[in-house]
Parts: sequence; structure tokens; C-alpha cells
Amino acid sequence: MSTSTITTQKVNFKVFRFNADEDYLPYYEDYSMDVTSEEVVLDILNRIKWDHDGSFSYRRSCRHGICGACAIKVNGRSTLACKESMSTMIEYFGNELTIEPLSTKRAVKDMIIDKADFWDKHESVNPYLVADIDEAPTCENLVSLHEAEELNEADLCIQCGACHYACPVTEVNEDFFGPAAFAAAYRFESDIRDSDTDRLKAVNEEKQGVWDCVKCYECAEVCPKEINPIEKITKLHQMSFTSGIAKSNVATRHAVGFKNSIEKHGVLDEGQLVLYSEGPGIVKHIPVALKMFKKGKIIMPWNMPKSDNLDEIQKLVKSSSTAKF
Amino acid sequence: MGKLKYALFTGCTAKQSTPEQMMSTMAVAKKLDIELIELTEASCCGASHLQDYDDFLSLVLNARNIAYAEKHELTMVTICNTCQLNTAMTKHRLDNNAELKAKVNEKLAEVGLEYKGTSLVTHFLYAIIDDFGLDKIKEMVVKPLNRFNIAPFYGCHNIRPSELQNESHKKKENPYNPTSLDDLIIACGGVNVDYEEKNKCCGFHVELQAPHTAAVLSGTAIAGATDQNADMMVTPCPLCHLKLDTQTKHSSEAIGREVSLPVLHMQQMIGLALGCTSEELGLKHHVTEVGFA
Repeated sequence: MSTSTITTQKVNFKVFRFNADEDYLPYYEDYSMDVTSEEVVLDILNRIKWDHDGSFSYRRSCRHGICGACAIKVNGRSTLACKESMSTMIEYFGNELTIEPLSTKRAVKDMIIDKADFWDKHESVNPYLVADIDEAPTCENLVSLHEAEELNEADLCIQCGACHYACPVTEVNEDFFGPAAFAAAYRFESDIRDSDTDRLKAVNEEKQGVWDCVKCYECAEVCPKEINPIEKITKLHQMSFTSGIAKSNVATRHAVGFKNSIEKHGVLDEGQLVLYSEGPGIVKHIPVALKMFKKGKIIMPWNMPKSDNLDEIQKLVKSSSTAKF
Repeated sequence: MGKLKYALFTGCTAKQSTPEQMMSTMAVAKKLDIELIELTEASCCGASHLQDYDDFLSLVLNARNIAYAEKHELTMVTICNTCQLNTAMTKHRLDNNAELKAKVNEKLAEVGLEYKGTSLVTHFLYAIIDDFGLDKIKEMVVKPLNRFNIAPFYGCHNIRPSELQNESHKKKENPYNPTSLDDLIIACGGVNVDYEEKNKCCGFHVELQAPHTAAVLSGTAIAGATDQNADMMVTPCPLCHLKLDTQTKHSSEAIGREVSLPVLHMQQMIGLALGCTSEELGLKHHVTEVGFA
């Protein structure tokens, strides 16, 4: 017998409603319910449908955090409805909760969205193993434990879209592949058996690729499977250097520029970093730079500060560097 | 309570593009009688960009910075969210992976240093909340900011990933509903403004490679604060500050609406409430004029 006590509290829900076939604009319906500490968010969706309005629509299937169908947003936070406990939601946001689809602008009916952009981007990274398979192998193709660990659990992704629709970049830049697609790309790039040559190039392209990631960690925060997509994005960045496919552009030079600066000064030379990254493109920064200069925000190269014991830093940069550009 | 003493990792912008941040940090530390030993030997943390290029090198350099705080036997205090993230992440990875720690220490030994894992790493905001106490700040306020609606802008790298961040301070922060900066505003006598973008990204890290994305994010944040009647914004992160303070023209163009709000560093807000002068707090170094001080 369980020793924990089940508690109940009143929660007011504001629920997004929209039927693309009938409604000109979406609206919100209010529901007030007694919620127990045992319930998950999906239980609330079920109760809205079963007890209040049979037309309320949402996707659900496995109820075990495997199929990825039931991801929605609670108070703006992406969440997998069948896995997220109501107690956590109340702890996070209090007793006034807003239930919305992952992306309100893609709503088809209530919680159901058109996920075409998600799947198109997923497909763009060749999310499958590309390998020359010997159709009549004489022995098993063994993958060592160490090699399998290189996947860093990226294979646990259930394509629920929680991270994709939490990512601020996918919202602003429609070409951006998004964290789920990058995690999928990493899953196969890190697979010892894979020999695809296009995938890493695709995720390196400007606008769509990893270089437009803003490093906000929203994806890591929301992932119900704790895949940590931004960690995979960082690894894809590193892979593009180690594989030699990183082209020289403003983004790659921006990353490399830090090393150059640290080796020279210990600290970052902000002006030099922009110059090195942008090249002739630096002219577009002149108006802002002038404003900053007037306010004492830009220091002259001859006043550039240096770290104490710079020789240590220089020695470490020499001995510990593992990447080339 | 004895005198609080920390090893200060200033980060790079405090010495270059945000001099006012350095000035206000020192002014506030003096008011609060907190001793800050500056880690003048520290290098850049890599700002999560070196990490994209050379992960191991970034670990070695950040471990070296922490090793200097350990030499002083002090908690390291950061004043930049991104420095905080990269330093705390290095600490987390080394403290949880003996093999990696040994590899890093092999390199550090070449320069006579060792990373032990004995110093904590925390942002000044949380050091003030955890160790100094907001009640004490409240008692010390001589110029309450009660005329002002102040919009907190938390900055990603102080609140996410929350599991890592919450290792660094006692008061747990909810990344979806953070309260530390709101509490600080209230302690300073100000009125905290709630708005949707307070825990969102400013776009700073892609300013060079994706300027439109960066400008939309910063513009939306300033607009969000403006629409909730904020008189100013406040942030613990100098990188967010640069984005919100110096780039308003691009931000306005990107969102098709003129936006501009004075943005204070967290230290400047405390300093104003504690009676520091605008000269001490470096308010003249802002691109978006701070007209009220």
C-alpha cells in the first residue's frame, strides 16, 4: 500500500480552442477542475473531452512517453502531456494554467497542429543509416559499447516536437532545421556504421544549419526524454571542424576567433573578433561601433588588456588544442 | 556574518564594451562590504563559441580559471551569465568524470596548476541572494526605486539548463517562472514588471551570423517590456545588456516598431537604490540614455 497521500486542488484552465474548418479566429475556453496529485496533463485533456466537450481534439496514443503524439504547451512550456505530472505544472505556474497546442499558428483543431515543417526538416537530415551492407555477411557487425555510447542517447528521441516548437529560432527563421532535426542528424553522424556524406554538409549550411542556434538551452530544458539537443548541436559544430567540412564563413571564424584571441591576449579582443569573423563585412558594424566608441565602450588596440601569466595560457593553447581550421 | 569574500571572474566585456558593469560591480561590493579578489590571471571562458571549435581546450582554460579561485580558497563569482554557464559546466563535467578531470589536470600540470573541484562557481546575483540576503539589501536602501516599473531580463545562461544552474546556488530558480531578479527589484523598492519575454533569449550569440534572428529576439523583448509599462529593463548579463542597449536601431527595424528602453545592469540598479552616484555606476557609458538618474 502506498504511503503517499493523494492531494486535490482546484485549478483554473484556459484552453485554446480552434477549428480551422469553422472558426475565423481561435478563442479560449475556461474550465475549473479539482486536480489530484496523481494526475498527468493528459488526464486533464481526457477529462475536458469526456466530461465537458466531446468535440475537444488532441493527439494521444501510447500514454507511456514513447509515441510522442501528445506534446502540447502548458503556460508556454512545451510538455509531453502523458509524462508531465500536474503537480509539477502547479508547482511551476500556480493554479491558473493555460493549455495550448505546441504552435498556435499551426493549429488545425484545438491541440492538433500541422507538423509538416517538423517532418520536412527531419527528412532534410537523412535521418536513417547510410551504409554499404554486405548482404551475405560471414559474421555479425559488432558495435562496441564505447562506440554505441557515442550516440549520447540521441536515439531516444521520439519526435514529439517539444523542442522544435520551443526553439526561438525556428519561430523566427523558417529555414532553420531546429533542435530535433539536429539531434537526429547527430544520431546518425555519431554512428560508426554510417557513411553519409551529405548530412553534415546540410547541417552546416547557413540559415538552415547549426550555426544559427542562439544557445538559449530551451531545447535542453523541455525535452521529455532528456536528450539535450543543444549538446548534439555543439557536437555537430565540433564534427564539422574535425571532418574538415567547415567552410570559412562568419560563423566558423567567430568560433575560431576566440582561440586566436585567447592565445594572443588571454582575454577576448572584442574588436579583433568582429574583424576576423566579418572580414570586409565589418563595415556594416561601423554605425553601432561609432555610438559605442562615443560612450567609451570600445578600447583602442594599444590599450587592449591582457591576462596575467599569459605565458601559461599560451602554453596550454599550444599543448591542449585538438581542432584545426 | 563575517565579511563576504569572493574570487571575481570579471569576464571580457567588463574590461571592454561594458566598463559600467565593472564600475558598478566594484561600487556595489564596496557598499555591501563584500571583498572581491579579481582573478587577473583568468582567460576568456570561450563564451560557448570556443566550445563549438575545441571542446577540450575550452575545458582546460576554464579549469585553469577555477584553479586560480581554488588557490585563494574562495568561491568564484561571475558577473556574466555566459561566463557562469561555461565555468559551471566545466566544473560539473570535471567533478563528475574522473578520467576527464585527470586529462585536464595533466595539461594544467604543465603550468604548475591543478583543478581540484574545491571552489564553487556562482553568479554575483545568486551570491547576493544566498549569502548577503535581500532583506539586508532592503534595509540598506536609501533611494527606493518606487517610481519605476522595472522589467527583469534574466538571460538564458543564468537559468538554463536549470539542472546545472541550480547546482550553483541555494535558492532554486524555476526557468519558466524565475523570481531572483524580480525579488531583487522589489528589495530595491522598485515595481517588478511581468512580461512574456523575461526568461527568453536576447539573440546576442548569433548577432554576427544571423543578425535578423538576433534583432527580432531583442526587439521582441524590449517591446514586451514596453507593453507592460516598463520604464527600464534590468539584467544580470552584460551580453544581454549589449544586445538590448546598443542595438535598438536594428531591433526596431527587425520588428517594424520603434523600441528603446534604458537597460540597467543588475549592479547599477542595486547601486542606485543604495545611493551610489551615476558617475560611480558608469551610467554615461550606455548607448540608450538613462535619463532618470
